[in-house]
Amino acid sequence: MKRVVITGAGTVNALGQSVAQTCAAMREGVCGIGPLDIRDVERLQIRIGAQVSGWEAESRYTRQQLALYDRFTQFTLAAAAEAVAQSGLVFEGELAARSGVVLGTAGGGVSTWDDNYRSVYEEGKNRVHPLVVPRLMNNAAASHVSMAWNLQGPSFTVSTACASSNHAMAQAFSMVRSGMAPVMVTGGSEAMLCFGGVKAWEGLRVMSRDVCRPFSLGRNGMVQGEGAGVFVFEEYAHARARGAEILCEVAGVGMSSDASDIVMPSQSGAARAMAAALADAGVDAGQVGYINAHGTGTAANDRTECAAVTQVFGAHAQRLMISSTKSMHGHLIGGTGAVELLACIMALREGIIAPTINHSAVDPDCALDVVPNVARDAQVDVVLSNAFAFGGMNAVIALRQI
Amino acid sequence: MSVTDQVIAIIAEQAVLEPGDVTPDCTLESLGIDSMGVVESIFAIEEAFDITVPFNANTPSESDFDITSVASIIAGIERLRAEQLDTSQG
Repeated sequence: MKRVVITGAGTVNALGQSVAQTCAAMREGVCGIGPLDIRDVERLQIRIGAQVSGWEAESRYTRQQLALYDRFTQFTLAAAAEAVAQSGLVFEGELAARSGVVLGTAGGGVSTWDDNYRSVYEEGKNRVHPLVVPRLMNNAAASHVSMAWNLQGPSFTVSTACASSNHAMAQAFSMVRSGMAPVMVTGGSEAMLCFGGVKAWEGLRVMSRDVCRPFSLGRNGMVQGEGAGVFVFEEYAHARARGAEILCEVAGVGMSSDASDIVMPSQSGAARAMAAALADAGVDAGQVGYINAHGTGTAANDRTECAAVTQVFGAHAQRLMISSTKSMHGHLIGGTGAVELLACIMALREGIIAPTINHSAVDPDCALDVVPNVARDAQVDVVLSNAFAFGGMNAVIALRQI
Repeated sequence: MSVTDQVIAIIAEQAVLEPGDVTPDCTLESLGIDSMGVVESIFAIEEAFDITVPFNANTPSESDFDITSVASIIAGIERLRAEQLDTSQG
């Protein structure tokens, strides 16, 4: 089996339009959540979100491209450009033929659906733009990434709600580790901060109207975000041979299905995914220094996740750090694991643990070291990134210093 | 704006050209407009003239609307406008 390393990273999210900006904001504990600036916001009960502000699509893409690029594709292409540029890879010949792209998204082109339903239902129009289908399809972003960088190998999109990008990266990891592909571009994106997207979430009654405070006493729900995170996963020897800068190693992945309830989280399902990731990576629980939590800020998730961590790590659960960066960049749904992996890489490379901001008081059900409010300097060698999705589908990624 | 000017503006935008570079005798092929560009052009024409263009991308040559050149498109629009005006008045 091959070893797998990360040689490029890129992102667009509410904290920044690059990895450097995002990590700087995480270090400072910046909150990217604010009033939603979307059409018909006055008809929403939930009026906050972590929107990407100052996004100038018209200056990045041509009119012809924008006819094809939903917002989730726009974010993905920008993040992929940053990641591929950092990797220094040029996809030609055999490398291009065997390398591919696997991305996650929960909703795909939600605002394209929304705009065109509005047009035909609300405005009574009887025709829509001819490129609506290729613009809204969930694999549009992966397809455009493959076209932009000549990635001709195995390519597709994974959709498992809030675990989509972790499942995508788990798949990409497996493909590089098995030798199927020397390089995979992977991660995920989401852009459902439009009227219909927020209205749908509003219906679940799990959204906060004011602030996202994961693990804190008094937390009152999740806050949606948007954006993308994209990485270059590369076979270790391939990266070494070309002298690439290696950000970290992808040590292992663990996946599980609760097989119980469509929305309620399961301690056992979460615990089995984390334990599987440790086993896959061949590391002991005691080696894990930091966990980037799923940490949505709902009453149920945070309580269940902490119980699962205690179940897997035993006494070590009280020594490791666990934070939820969703308090800053919001919950990017299908793209969230990809943006959160940046906090994991920052922990390994820079020795800085991103905080859980907005934490006001300890919840006895979440009595772990949640790195409240302020980033911390700490040396960690192995980290986990958790994603536990609606539908009970869980994916955990283990990273290691190299 | 005349029908000709409107059609030239639509076709020029699809071809990423200046309107002055598009003349009635230009074919869509000579302007580099591919099959999806043709579909987008027809959509824009339908929007601009409030007509429905009978066009199936699978069988473009069998459609009752000649998209070969700018001039043939203009002629097709004139005919459809007259027909569809008649229908709406009938």
